[in-house]
Amino acid sequence: MSATTEKRRVTCIVCPSGCRINVEIEGGKIIEISGNQCKRGADYATTEVTQPMRVLTTTVRLENGRLLPVKTSHPIPKALLFDAIKELSGVVVKPPVKMGQVVYSNVAGTGVDVVATRSWD
Amino acid sequence: MQNRELVIIGGGPAGLSAAVEARRLGIEDVLVIDRESEPGGILKQCIHTGFGLHIFKEELTGPEYAERFIRKAEALGVEIMLDTMVIELTSDRRIVAVNGREGLVEIQAKAIILAMGCRERTRGAIKIPGFRPAGIFTAGTAQRFVNIEGYMPGCEIVILGSGDIGLIMARRLTLEGAKVRCVVEIMPYSNGLTRNIVQCLEDYSIPLLLKHTVVNIHGKKRVEGVTIAEVDDEMKPIMETAQFIPCDTLLLSVGLIPENELSRMAGIEIDDVTGGPVVNQRLETSVPGIFACGNVLHVHDLVDFVTQEAMEAARGVASYLADGGKKYDHIPVTAGEGLRYVLPQRINVEAMTGEKQNFFMRCARPMARARLYVESERGVIESRLLSHVKPSEMISIKLGRDELKGVKMLKFILQEEGDKIECND
Ligand SMILES: Cc1cc2nc3c(=O)[nH]c(=O)nc-3n(C[C@H](O)[C@H](O)[C@H](O)COP(=O)(O)OP(=O)(O)OC[C@H]3O[C@@H](n4cnc5c(N)ncnc54)[C@H](O)[C@@H]3O)c2cc1C
Ligand code: SF4
Repeated sequence: MSATTEKRRVTCIVCPSGCRINVEIEGGKIIEISGNQCKRGADYATTEVTQPMRVLTTTVRLENGRLLPVKTSHPIPKALLFDAIKELSGVVVKPPVKMGQVVYSNVAGTGVDVVATRSWD
Repeated sequence: MQNRELVIIGGGPAGLSAAVEARRLGIEDVLVIDRESEPGGILKQCIHTGFGLHIFKEELTGPEYAERFIRKAEALGVEIMLDTMVIELTSDRRIVAVNGREGLVEIQAKAIILAMGCRERTRGAIKIPGFRPAGIFTAGTAQRFVNIEGYMPGCEIVILGSGDIGLIMARRLTLEGAKVRCVVEIMPYSNGLTRNIVQCLEDYSIPLLLKHTVVNIHGKKRVEGVTIAEVDDEMKPIMETAQFIPCDTLLLSVGLIPENELSRMAGIEIDDVTGGPVVNQRLETSVPGIFACGNVLHVHDLVDFVTQEAMEAARGVASYLADGGKKYDHIPVTAGEGLRYVLPQRINVEAMTGEKQNFFMRCARPMARARLYVESERGVIESRLLSHVKPSEMISIKLGRDELKGVKMLKFILQEEGDKIECND
């Protein structure tokens, strides 16, 4: 079976120029990147196409029924955002909590911690 | 009646930053009043990242940014009076506030900083025909529901307006399981940051329909759908392009208005364009001893600029307390071609609080390359080349005391430049 060419469009957000970058992929490999004005754009597009990463921000329940805002301490693969949200929907945290405190570990098997983004007495 | 040195109305990032800076400058008695049960203002509900890149060189969430300032304020002995709503303000700096503990509180202040923030434009302000069914919210209200109260405003959502709050909510609601059908923007460009368009819409394949608007809202009890249509260059809907989109919720992200009821009550002059007070070089309003900063002065897109402006207001208060409210003459500062407004609207160069004066402005339309000219009665005194200006992103520049010495007026102009790069600066 011959490898098909896949075309992807990525908007670069590294600088305010916001270049529209075209990436051509064949058999899982990037064969061409165009539309970028600089090397940083090519690097960005490569990561976006191969392994896009995002910091997830959401809330978890506190035992008192209120919501605690949280974030992943590092970016996690974009493809796992929904899994992470699902896992965190069952988490209940007992106050007091300090800002930066780990409230959940290894979210969606990423090895990344989820930390509180505010304190709660 | 209490007597206080400095009273700050509003405990959001503007109020907290002003309080911290005022204490640092040696103002002993600083009281912050906020109607909510916790300080932090709108940041409490902005759980996404994107705050503090300029000030902390870190990408913080809203609650983190707020908590850093709350801690600083507490450490510096700032008094914060919560659950207290200011209901009256007079031109001789008397405040009437109300809370459940003391009832009415009357305060005479030597100086006041207004930091009441802004509120969202509602549907009434933009007039869409149709019934008034349930299921229409401003994006900020929806943000509060989801992030603070913990419930979803709906399942199938259309967002009108592509401001950052709307974009942020498109992602938030999608992650929480809702289906965001599209974001509809009447302008030919989005009002949000490119970063938000990419990470909030493109990441989840949510369509952004530029030059489109909502022309009708369907449903009697609950929203059942909206009709959207393309608009022509005069922003009139082209009815042949109308299409029905089923949804149970319409979010409005159509702009913010500074919250200036108290300012008007005190007889403070309001700028028609910014919707906030007219201020001078030290961010003092037309009423001596009353200052303004943050979203109550003009709508900000970046909290870092709010903090910077609030610190300037605190320096203004310090200079006012030091010179005993001496009267100064001002020269006018105006926005010319290409700009919507420039702040401050008037200045006195002798009475500047630092060696440099900050000017904040917004452009009238997006330009890939533009040159900003600063003119005085003598002609152009300064010009800067700017790239990628957008109405949604504030432009800020500093001019030195030497450059401004002796000028009788200032006018800022923004002109689009061609693609060719001129090497003259
Ligand atoms: C929904 C939303 C999302 C945003 N997202 C971002 C972002 O991603 N990144 C970014 O950098 N910026 C963002 N911004 C902009 C930035 O957060 C704001 O510009 C900033 O919070 C404004 O600060 P402020 O202190 O002027 O107003 P606010 O935060 O609104 O604080 C005003 C305070 O005054 C109090 N108050 C008002 N009237 C009275 C009264 N009469 N008596 C007592 N108290 C009163 C209110 O309760 C409130 O606490 C966002 C803004 C909004 C509205
Ligand atoms: S490709 Fe280079 S110039 Fe274009 S947006 Fe990315 S960083 Fe900026």
